Amino acid sequence: MSTTQAEDVLTVAAAWRAQGERVAVATVTETWGSSPRPAGSQMAITASGRMAGSVSGGCIEGAVADAARKTIETGMPQLLDFGVTNERAWEVGLACGGKVKVFVEALS
Amino acid sequence: MTPDLLAALTAARAAKRPVVVATRLPDGAQRLLPDAHAPAELAAAAERALADDRSGTVKLADGEWFLHVHNPPLRLIVVGAVHIAQALVPLAAQLGFAVTVVDPRRSFATDERFPDVTVRTDWPDEAMDVLAPDVRTAVVTLTHDPKLDDPALDRALRSPAFYIGALGSRKTHAARLKRLRALGHDDAALARIRGPVGLPIEAVTAPEIALSIMAEIVAVRRGAPIAATPPAAREAA
Repeated sequence: MSTTQAEDVLTVAAAWRAQGERVAVATVTETWGSSPRPAGSQMAITASGRMAGSVSGGCIEGAVADAARKTIETGMPQLLDFGVTNERAWEVGLACGGKVKVFVEALS
Repeated sequence: MTPDLLAALTAARAAKRPVVVATRLPDGAQRLLPDAHAPAELAAAAERALADDRSGTVKLADGEWFLHVHNPPLRLIVVGAVHIAQALVPLAAQLGFAVTVVDPRRSFATDERFPDVTVRTDWPDEAMDVLAPDVRTAVVTLTHDPKLDDPALDRALRSPAFYIGALGSRKTHAARLKRLRALGHDDAALARIRGPVGLPIEAVTAPEIALSIMAEIVAVRRGAPIAATPPAAREAA
């Protein structure tokens, strides 16, 4: 079922690009411990600030969106690593204490 | 992702073809599989990911690859274009199911009652033969009418559908099992039918019953412990 959700994000991303937006797609590639969204979960981000989908329960989306804008500018993909201890989780993102890797690529 | 790859992925999804987008980390080299020209190691890994219906990373000779599985949507076949079906259809669609409603009674199976969903008005056994439920298909019968429900359940039991549910009280269900046994289904086969259908959440309204059915389908699909408990044992607990 996660597959369908991810596919919807790609559809949205493609539609945005067709409208002339510059778009990046972020995809969860690996998770450890308790993390809310499985591998394959996706989020689309535009240079203009639109967002669709999710790669966590809302904890790291802001940081991922920042990284996505950089990828849109440079065209270079990024592999982001969000791995934190429970104590520091609130600072960096994942309050659940889980770890995720997120791949960010431009939709060229 | 290049426009070519996105177009190929979009076409595969539209054709309901299972595909994998393979991305090498971290450089982002990408390809769509299955592909006759793909390296054997990557092709085999993609095949396994599709069979497991699980996206994830694999380490291969030429680096680490993220395999993003795009299987066609799960299917839900609803027999009976009744009030509960009207609540069930949008909920199932929201959960990512491709839904087909089957009911030969044309006064029930109208586009007005079921917008945005495939409605078939052939007989349930004929419809089931065409729809051919597979391991990614759930079947729910809602008509309460043996001449509509029974042929659908008979076909469902002869298929590998991952979920089979039948609306009806315990008394109705006992009578139903007796009829299906007469059609040659043994106890092991009949145990696949979830009846009374849905998780026991004391559902009363049509949307509540739809919720209990979808909750049970998700529980079975995800292997939740509650799904392993047959209805009779749940009631005894």
